[in-house]
Amino acid sequence: MNKVAADKSIAPGPIPQEVVIPLSQHVGAPCDPTVKVGDRVMVGTRIGDSEAFVSAPIHSSVSGEVTAIAKRPHPSGEDSLAVVIKSDRLDTIDPAVKPQDAPDDLAPDDIRRLVRQGGIVGLGGAVFPTHVKLAPPADKPIDVVIINGAECEPYLTGDYRLMLERGEDILKGARLIQRAVGAERIAVGIEKSNPGAIEAMRKAAEPIGVEVVALPARYPQGAEKTLVKFVTGRQIPQGKLPLEVGAIVDNVGTAAAIYDAVYRGMPLVERTLTVAGDGVTEPANLRVRIGTIVEEVIEHAGGLVGNPGKVILGGPMMGVAQYTTLVPVTKATTGIIVLRKDTIVKEEPGHFVCIRCGRCVKNCPQNLLPFQIGAYADKGMWDWLDKLSVEDCMECGCCAYGCPTRNPLVQLMKVGKEGYIRKRSKMEALEKAREENKTEEDKSDE
Amino acid sequence: MSEKDAPAADNKGDEDFEVVEPASKGAAEKIELLHVGVSPHLRAPETTTSIMGWVLLALVPLTIYGIYIGGLHAFAVVVSCIVGAVITEVVLQRLMHVPVTIADLSAVVTGLLLALTLPPRLPFWIAFIGGVVAISLGKQIFGGLGHNIFNPALVGRAVLFISWSSYMTTSYLINPKASVVNTATIKSINAVSSATPLFSIGLVRKGELSINAARYVKPLLFGNPWGCIGEVSAVLILLGLAILLIKRLVDWRIPVCFVGTVMLLSWIKGGNPVFYALAGGLLLGACFMATDYVTNPMTGWGKVIFAVGCGVVTFVLRFYSNMPEGVMFAILLMNGFTPLIDRYIQPRPVGYKARLQEKES
Repeated sequence: MNKVAADKSIAPGPIPQEVVIPLSQHVGAPCDPTVKVGDRVMVGTRIGDSEAFVSAPIHSSVSGEVTAIAKRPHPSGEDSLAVVIKSDRLDTIDPAVKPQDAPDDLAPDDIRRLVRQGGIVGLGGAVFPTHVKLAPPADKPIDVVIINGAECEPYLTGDYRLMLERGEDILKGARLIQRAVGAERIAVGIEKSNPGAIEAMRKAAEPIGVEVVALPARYPQGAEKTLVKFVTGRQIPQGKLPLEVGAIVDNVGTAAAIYDAVYRGMPLVERTLTVAGDGVTEPANLRVRIGTIVEEVIEHAGGLVGNPGKVILGGPMMGVAQYTTLVPVTKATTGIIVLRKDTIVKEEPGHFVCIRCGRCVKNCPQNLLPFQIGAYADKGMWDWLDKLSVEDCMECGCCAYGCPTRNPLVQLMKVGKEGYIRKRSKMEALEKAREENKTEEDKSDE
Repeated sequence: MSEKDAPAADNKGDEDFEVVEPASKGAAEKIELLHVGVSPHLRAPETTTSIMGWVLLALVPLTIYGIYIGGLHAFAVVVSCIVGAVITEVVLQRLMHVPVTIADLSAVVTGLLLALTLPPRLPFWIAFIGGVVAISLGKQIFGGLGHNIFNPALVGRAVLFISWSSYMTTSYLINPKASVVNTATIKSINAVSSATPLFSIGLVRKGELSINAARYVKPLLFGNPWGCIGEVSAVLILLGLAILLIKRLVDWRIPVCFVGTVMLLSWIKGGNPVFYALAGGLLLGACFMATDYVTNPMTGWGKVIFAVGCGVVTFVLRFYSNMPEGVMFAILLMNGFTPLIDRYIQPRPVGYKARLQEKES
């Protein structure tokens, strides 16, 4: 479905004259800049880092001069601090970038260190720092590494092409993950609708004892919980992570990036993404440097067809619509989808109208009641969300996709989650205060 | 700042805004703003209007055949109901200062469904009042589409049934014209009674008549002139249901469980199950009324409970009450239970069981 760029091999992206590299490209603490305006940097030079455990360093994707460290538009919609580097067009590589001597014999701690140094985060779009995942608590042994090649979002084909073109690198990256967490088994999950990728990965995987699992081609197959359930048969408890059932899930792109960081010594300075949608002349899979301005990438793909209506970073189901094309590509950018003005769905303001058709209930992969949560969230009835497990919503968009009255269900889910969590923490604080008061009273009684 | 100052400040803001507006119209056209909105950015093509359109389309063959058999009278009833429903929707929404939503076709569907449950020779003004009541008391009084507890068409019919019960029970066709069914069958049945087959069977149960129910099966399938406009042909109702099922607009559980329950219970009680499935308003009710989105439960098992409940109540009313028919009150009664069913029958979120196990250990 819509995977128009599936046959296009991964091509080099535009060569930017200037890159804007945000210091917050991952879940966790944003980085502090480690360079000053006027500094000379090279490809792979560290330009931002943080002391926090849940964070990942940022590297320069070009060689040149730092011209500014200032707030710039960020794909999240808010301006955020970014390092602006003017390229000298030489692409000199930092001398610190060098391959490991014996990459196959690294100790788990060394792998984690190299993964962190490489600035590697989950490239499926969630951008959770990978070294954190690779350090599970001692009482939760991991026995299976699942490499996620589902790529269930429409339009996106970057992971598919990676599997065809860099299958062996992905598997070497998977081996490193396996060694770091001490797992026994590696499984690569690929949707049945991509027989080419399944075949290519099987050819590379079977000789080294890695299994390839054909997944049902149904959105959202690539969601962690759905994937773990299908591959291992284990159900992740509500509100818990895959490590709870002894699994670790990493995207194929992440595995390839781990390979690059360890075997080649090259940190994460570029990523594969898909440019597609009916508003783009030449849909393509491109290897784009982090920090390249989205407008340049669209131009590189032949420019626009007609008037653009929406420019989405990520997939069309979960991606974020941008108000400007002057935002940079970040580690989270799995795709740039341009939809034409005459074909987009326009959200219209209005009240929550539900005809109770039940499509959202049927479509919800988490078995929630989106219509009910939506109605309560719309009216701010946070107490009523208590039994509806609103926190389990992963915002996949299945409910809103099928809604015939076009309710913004995903937005209402987000509103509901936030309101509920705020309410609950307030109640907990109240409870705690009451508890403390009580003990004081008790003491005074004595 | 006092409240009086606020509008002035607003005006000032507007002036500021005008400064940045492009000077020429040509320049304005060049500036293309991107849309921003929440994900997902793709939507299924189905809308409320398209769903209602398909329901109407599914009812078209039945309606045309019903009018063909019922004649001009039936046509007047259908038109009066739809006009009554649509006009009421417009008037009430205007009065309440809310957007007029007749374009979503839901009022037309309500009007048509009501008409199909009325006898063909009913005076048109009663049919019109039915449409008015269906929309006003059945739908708008609760807040419009999606908020009503009871099926609006059946609310309309129930009010007519109680207010003009003599019209509602005697306005059937006199000497109906033969259609697909051979005339010999019709004559023999007519000799027994000109009322509905279920009514005759009611007399049989009371020992006042003896007829063979199996004889009715063929006319009920292909052309039954003794009944409401929408009861003329079971085959055409099933055709409509097939359209809805193929388009995945309704859940199969409701018609199957509803009709299945009535058939099973009638068979246990010694009746002809096929006859009880086809006679009266059961098929029309099970396929088009009980499946109404707004008034039935949201979950699969909830729908099963709802439908079986409808079946049991229909059976009880048909066999143990003075009324020959019970589908209307059965559905209305179960509509009332829907919120309760929805409250107790809820899907278990993924990971619920695993969390429980974890808590235990």
